[in-house]
Amino acid sequence: MNVTIVDYNSGNISSVINSFKEVANDKVNVEVTSDLNKIKSSDKVVLPGQGSFKSCIDALNNISGLVDILNEFAISNKKPLLGICVGLQMFADIGYEETETKGLGWVSGKVSKIDNQNGKYKLPHIGWNQINIIKDSKIFKGIENNSHMYFVHSYEFVPENKNVISATTDYSSNIVCSVEKENIFGTQFHPEKSDKTGLKIIDNFINL
Amino acid sequence: MLKNRIIPCLDVKNGRVVKGINFVDLQDAGNPVEQAKIYSDGGADEICFLDITASNENRDTIYDVVDKTSKKCFVPLTVGGGVRSVEDINKLLNCGADKVSINTAAVQNPEVVIESSKKFGSQCIVVAIDAKKNGDKWEIFTHGGRNNTGIDAIQFAKKMQDSGAGELLVTSMDRDGTQVGYDIELMSKISSKINIPVIASGGVGNLDHLVDGIKLGNASAVLAASIFHYGKHSVKEAKEYLDSKGIPVRI
Repeated sequence: MNVTIVDYNSGNISSVINSFKEVANDKVNVEVTSDLNKIKSSDKVVLPGQGSFKSCIDALNNISGLVDILNEFAISNKKPLLGICVGLQMFADIGYEETETKGLGWVSGKVSKIDNQNGKYKLPHIGWNQINIIKDSKIFKGIENNSHMYFVHSYEFVPENKNVISATTDYSSNIVCSVEKENIFGTQFHPEKSDKTGLKIIDNFINL
Repeated sequence: MLKNRIIPCLDVKNGRVVKGINFVDLQDAGNPVEQAKIYSDGGADEICFLDITASNENRDTIYDVVDKTSKKCFVPLTVGGGVRSVEDINKLLNCGADKVSINTAAVQNPEVVIESSKKFGSQCIVVAIDAKKNGDKWEIFTHGGRNNTGIDAIQFAKKMQDSGAGELLVTSMDRDGTQVGYDIELMSKISSKINIPVIASGGVGNLDHLVDGIKLGNASAVLAASIFHYGKHSVKEAKEYLDSKGIPVRI
């Protein structure tokens, strides 16, 4: 089996690579590439993302044909895809970081700044927070409710259809921190930095 | 609920731990990778390496340390010390650092903070502020605490927030190494003036100091070195103590 981590100059992805390689056994081949053919023929795709919504969307668009291939992979062929952090946020129709930017439109909704309640809450939301699992998700197999995950973000994904939400976390309000829509999975937190529980989520995704 | 973080810091020189954990069963006490792994297995919320390598020819040793650690530890790894340029930051991130802390360069050339936070995202840019009290204000020191710049620490903290820093690592030069506790006044002043998280550093001698850093200093995270290194306390003990004092921690 091939799992491809999309390398599209979205910032630091070495931790994502390290964690997938740690979890993958000999049967799983972890590729890190922006090669369109390799992505297309892959069994699973991981879409990481750091920096701003706009910078990540711009970086995707900078690689000619990449968005089309991802659409084909996730929407037409319905193969499993995991978005992490801004990788998840980009599923939205629109994002408001830096400037209004069109997203991939895979999961209807918007990405807006977390309400810090006039400075009561520090931003970015950095550190370990507990997740409240509200829907059975295949990537949460063996994960206990209220597990701690590592977060770093200032913007939150607000999906239109609440049925896609698989977990939330409490920071100023109930922030969406995980979604599952058919074959599309996303986490706002960083499983690659969330110690053993995070690695378990990666293992679940690999074993889908 | 977001938890307060405990961050053990390891001083690394020429690729070796200088002050480290005195565990008898440790095969190689100077190996930073092994020590970081002990901390992450023990519940450290993040790991921090401070590279104190003096000579330029040995500077590359930190890259190898970061590379090996990031393949074994799956909690965030911050690396600081001698970070001068956007290229230095790029190299550390590529080796597997999750955050890079910038000290002297942020004072001498704030453009580094602006440029790197734009390029890599604020989440990985930590500005390390070394401050010393002078009369009724605190001044910024650079070059590992040797040079006084005369710059007001609180104004500088605001400037760094506006420049794109994701967090501030605030060290009291008066307290560093003294084990008498954080400079609470400095921590709470900075924390109340800025909206990004503050990591308190410098002066921890016992577990109550960690409690004070969070409760009185309003720090989001507490960094300590010697109380963990010399086996005085484990990270687990520190967390249980904080928990008993009503501070939210990840246990």
